[in-house]
Amino acid sequence: MYDRGKVIAGLVIFAIIFLFPFIYNHGSASPQPKPSLDTPAIKALSQKKCVEDKQFMITTHMQFLNDWRDQALRDGNRWYVNKEGKKVWISLQNTCLKCHSNKKEFCDKCHNYAAVDPYCWDCHIDPNGSKL
Amino acid sequence: MIAQRIIFPLGVVLAIVVLGLIVGSIPALHGLFSVGLIYVAFAVFFFGFIAKVVNWAKSPVPFRIPTTAGQEFSLPWIKWSKIDNPSTTGGVILRMFFEVCLFRSLFRNMRTDLRSGWLIHSPTKWLWLLALGFHYSFLIIAIRHLRLFVQPVPGFVELLDKVDGMFQIGIPPIYLTDILILLCVTGLLLRRLFLPKVRFISLAADYFPLFLILGIVISGLLMRFVFRVDITAVKALANGIASFHPVVPEGIGAIFFVHVALVCALIAYFPFSKLMHMGGIFMSPTRNLANTTRMAYHENPWRKPPKFHSYEEYEDMYRDYMKEAGLPLERE
Repeated sequence: MYDRGKVIAGLVIFAIIFLFPFIYNHGSASPQPKPSLDTPAIKALSQKKCVEDKQFMITTHMQFLNDWRDQALRDGNRWYVNKEGKKVWISLQNTCLKCHSNKKEFCDKCHNYAAVDPYCWDCHIDPNGSKL
Repeated sequence: MIAQRIIFPLGVVLAIVVLGLIVGSIPALHGLFSVGLIYVAFAVFFFGFIAKVVNWAKSPVPFRIPTTAGQEFSLPWIKWSKIDNPSTTGGVILRMFFEVCLFRSLFRNMRTDLRSGWLIHSPTKWLWLLALGFHYSFLIIAIRHLRLFVQPVPGFVELLDKVDGMFQIGIPPIYLTDILILLCVTGLLLRRLFLPKVRFISLAADYFPLFLILGIVISGLLMRFVFRVDITAVKALANGIASFHPVVPEGIGAIFFVHVALVCALIAYFPFSKLMHMGGIFMSPTRNLANTTRMAYHENPWRKPPKFHSYEEYEDMYRDYMKEAGLPLERE
């Protein structure tokens, strides 16, 4: 091998960059978070169901909430009819957060895990104290 | 020719998509396919890359072969272009920087036309612009994906994520690099498809990576905006792989497996393809050597010292015959 020193130095840099996730985690895995449903409002429910089904809410709640915002604030339409035909009042503060009043154990758990920082809280306030 | 060069690589990419869809719909295969395939593809990429670079480093470069793009260092009153034709290590470092980070060779791209009987050379920057946009988008997208592999997520990844999605269009926000890479890859593909001279020299190995990367971008965008998947489950899987504690969470949609199949195909194909220019650019003798052809003595590395045959040895060999013939001898 010619220019051995330079080539090996380059390959070491390549290896460090490529293996960065493995080195950074150094073998400790972080399990998938379980958002908590343990709030008084949810406990009081006879049928524990969100506005739409669970899988849809897990994967698509962000697009769904964005839609709700546009409907409520831009179109002035405050009623949403879900897939089962039930009418729901469109409001983050009064519908979503009424049940999910535990932002820290519910919203933040997954958002922190996936490094997502939604701008909901630029306007809305956390029911259990402001962000500041 | 079109069938071999264009339809065939497109067919291979579509076959990979179909494979991803089939595996995605059979939960029993999820673990083997996602975790197993990712480890194999990573290993092929990592060791293949190193083997390729070591193999290149074994080839001797006996003399300086820089391609000169400017006046070499000669007499003091002749203007020397220090970066395009460097004769010092510092100049070479600058030239490599401009080559690797700003694609200077592509920037010098020229087109030649016959205009009313005159042969006209004019600069053309499209290839440079598309290539620059494509490569930097790809880099930023790769770094952004770290958020799924490591925990806690480092600050620079979060910052990059914020800057990339700073226009806050839609939720989840559209990334600027996603739009840019889509435009640039499409542009680079159209260049090969519609410029007759470029199409003539384009082979299956040129189209395949383009189709593959386009497939990766489209499947990623579909996963983000249309067929949503549970991102915490995806992170649990990716983080498990990067910490050697693989887990296979349930309920990840088929689109994820399409994306993973395409990415694994790309990185496993990487060391055997033109994509190795990633390592190769640092190994290019036409770029990384100072132009000291006449300034310094360059010894051929495989040169063996010649065997000399001195007159003393010659005389020793033929002394008897020379004596017999009456020739003069230095030593009796």
